Amino acid sequence: MSWRVLGSGILACFCGTGLAFADPSLPLSPTNIFAPASTPAKSIFGLSLFVLAVTGAIFLVVFALLLYSVVKFRRRRNDDGREPPQVYGSNQVEVAWTIIPILIVVALFMATARVIAVVQKTSPPGNVIAVTAIGHQFWWEYRYPDLGVVTANELHVPVSDPVHPTPTFIKLLSADTDHSFWVPRLGGKTDLIPNHPNSMWIDPQETGVYLGQCAQYCGTQHAKMLLRVYVQSRDEFDRWIRLQHQPAVVNDAVSQGQRIFETTACINCHTVSGTVANGRFGPDLTHLMSRDTIAAGAALNTRENLRRWILNPNQIKPGSLMPAMELNEQELDALTAYLETLR
Amino acid sequence: MSTDAIAIPSAAIAPRPIVAMLHEWVTTVDHKRLGILYMVFAMTFLLIAGVEAMIIRIQLIRPHNDFVSPQVFNRLFTMHGTTMIFFVIMPFMFGFANYLIPLMIGARDMAFARLNAFSFWMTAFGGLLLYFSLVGANGLYGAGNAPDVGWFAYAPLTSQTFSIGHSTDFWTLALLVSGFGSIGTAVNIIATVLCMRCPGMTLAKMPLFAWLNLIMAGLVILAVSPLTAAQIMLLIDRYLGGHFFDTQAGGSAVIWMHFFWVFGHPEVYILVLPAFAFASEIIPVFSRKPIFGYSVMVGATVAIGFISMSVWAHHMFTVGMSSAANNFFVISTMAIAVPTGIKIFNWLATMWGGKIEFKTPMLFCIAFLFQFLIAGLTGIMQGAAPFDWHLGNSYFVVAHFHYVIVGGILFCLFGAFYYWFPKMSGKMYSETLGKLHFWLFIIGFHLTFDFMHIPGLLGMPRRIYTYEPGRGWDTWNFIVTIGVFFQAAGILVFLGNLAWSYFRGKAAGSDPWDAWTLEWSTNSPPPAYNFASRPFVKSRRPLWDLKHPADPDWNYE
Repeated sequence: MSWRVLGSGILACFCGTGLAFADPSLPLSPTNIFAPASTPAKSIFGLSLFVLAVTGAIFLVVFALLLYSVVKFRRRRNDDGREPPQVYGSNQVEVAWTIIPILIVVALFMATARVIAVVQKTSPPGNVIAVTAIGHQFWWEYRYPDLGVVTANELHVPVSDPVHPTPTFIKLLSADTDHSFWVPRLGGKTDLIPNHPNSMWIDPQETGVYLGQCAQYCGTQHAKMLLRVYVQSRDEFDRWIRLQHQPAVVNDAVSQGQRIFETTACINCHTVSGTVANGRFGPDLTHLMSRDTIAAGAALNTRENLRRWILNPNQIKPGSLMPAMELNEQELDALTAYLETLR
Repeated sequence: MSTDAIAIPSAAIAPRPIVAMLHEWVTTVDHKRLGILYMVFAMTFLLIAGVEAMIIRIQLIRPHNDFVSPQVFNRLFTMHGTTMIFFVIMPFMFGFANYLIPLMIGARDMAFARLNAFSFWMTAFGGLLLYFSLVGANGLYGAGNAPDVGWFAYAPLTSQTFSIGHSTDFWTLALLVSGFGSIGTAVNIIATVLCMRCPGMTLAKMPLFAWLNLIMAGLVILAVSPLTAAQIMLLIDRYLGGHFFDTQAGGSAVIWMHFFWVFGHPEVYILVLPAFAFASEIIPVFSRKPIFGYSVMVGATVAIGFISMSVWAHHMFTVGMSSAANNFFVISTMAIAVPTGIKIFNWLATMWGGKIEFKTPMLFCIAFLFQFLIAGLTGIMQGAAPFDWHLGNSYFVVAHFHYVIVGGILFCLFGAFYYWFPKMSGKMYSETLGKLHFWLFIIGFHLTFDFMHIPGLLGMPRRIYTYEPGRGWDTWNFIVTIGVFFQAAGILVFLGNLAWSYFRGKAAGSDPWDAWTLEWSTNSPPPAYNFASRPFVKSRRPLWDLKHPADPDWNYE
């Protein structure tokens, strides 16, 4: 009896992990792989439960055998000192525990191959939104070639209705070292490797912000190369696209800040469309204020954080490739004021 | 039945000046001394890399901690991984192989005694070179010191563009040099096992220890060679204008990954086969039964050796391979579970019906069986490629391979230390301290590595020097860090036990475990050239035959 209780307890622990983590009433983590919200993530989730159940069952059987032999065949206190019967092997038993694992492996392989086929298909159904994601040390560049939009660090995609799917097809490139795109609730990770274009697709079915981060070591600030995916209703997404199409606002009140921006090294790396700033090394700032965060999610996009960031990026993100611009207080205020007009 | 028949009476040794003794150790070509040198070397690096691990865990005990800078953190995990693989576990295994193989097969030394010494010193030189980077790698101001490219050093992070200064060069040269040492030792093990066995010991009558190390040595030659080639290619890229891995000039970052993992995965089996070898000697002796299914165990090992050469790209499921390639590596990865499973079943069957004595070596081996089972099962999870698209490069995979390397390999190594310490030192270790070590270490191990799986499932990638709060990772990371201190305490008890027993331990005698292989037939510690006369064996358990002349093994094999 107690064996059965112990057994079911362990099984529940092991293969129930997935189900327990998936319980929506227990929001364990915004990056929980067992809370899928997109077809690839859901297919993987289904496979995960199957694999957990099979491995859990194997664990239970073998662990029970181990425990039984350790308890049952321990040397007793009243041992007679004689050697136990010497058994050298048994071909029947060996064949049995070779064939059974082979059958299990075949079953696992077939389930796995099916999910590989679903997730790796090259053309997802429906009206596809094409995005090119480019990994940089240590931020993300997003380009929408069909929509003519360039942005950074915060990816906006429309929600996909299972009846009329609008999946997002992401081409993955790297400008420097290896990176990996991993938003656990939307899909598995895929690496961004220079000179080796990759792709993946997602079709998120609930609106909201989905978090993730770079999952391939890419240098000093690998840890703060965070991912944010904004899944919006179609209307909101279209409104966002229209906003991104607007040219940068010209505002005479901040002309001093603009002059500082355009006469320092800022423009070597940053673009503000419609101005002389057309650098590609850092994030496009044309609509900086439409983003919630700066520094690839390392800080909220507030006036204070912007100021700190420009003053010394290393304070927020040591190892960031943006140099400290050595501006004085007054220049810093003017520049921040200018950036705040880039809506 | 006394087994001292073929032992040599020990003579008192007159005290000599310390310099003379040191000189003897440095110039030795004796397989036992070289074995001990390997172990002392590995132990030193175990302490260094262990401290690195502790600093890593202290940094990760809470989100946004600033115990170390990201630069230092990146160097720490690079050095921790490189050191533990190349300069701790491998030398430990080579040390045991060196010490035990000639004794077990009734030989007087390894086949190539000078090559043996050369190999050890190359390995030692490689380890010193890696750590010399701390003073020698600065090159340019701000170029850092220790390598910070990760132990698998993916291109193009290792190119001159992203790795200025010489830190990557020290990493490359350290692995190149120690690689020569590893290949030398592998050649030596193969030659010794194939050519030096005592009369009567056919391949089918060798102890499993020798078989497993033979396969391991074959894998070393096959796996370390591509790694060495890749290091040379990397040096050509960095200094002679090559473009193998230079993505800006049409080179391929993915080629480096293939080169690295075609070494890297067999490497896991290079480390684990000797651990299996320990288990295959210790479990029978403390169960008082011969190993169950000897020939199947040999066959399974050979199968593991072959299959392990065809699974490497399961480390690369996320790099965008075709679905055909993914499927191939899924099936080959899962296939390796079959021979590995057979081994676990055979160990269980060896214990089944025995009279198990819970001496410290056996405790470590039982824990190994339990932990290796779990490590294998989490390995199957990651073998399912789509599941690995989540688990790969997350803390789950970190937990998984530490389950293999610590829970499997290191536990077996501790078992081996306690089991053969009486043979190597002539003294018995303290059973009380041994058990204390076991319990401290197993508590620490499970606190650290059980709970480490969970942040991985919750989306925490590896190799990040800090993490954001509010992701559900904080509690797990806290528990993981606490476990490290238990493990550290366990290691200190272990070292204390070795030192105390060496100086104060009771004399062990030549055969304290009532064991069956040839090393227990000679003195403890064995004299130079091991045996007074060449042993002659008729079965796999020569000492069983001696002790039970009425019922010898050769009637049944």
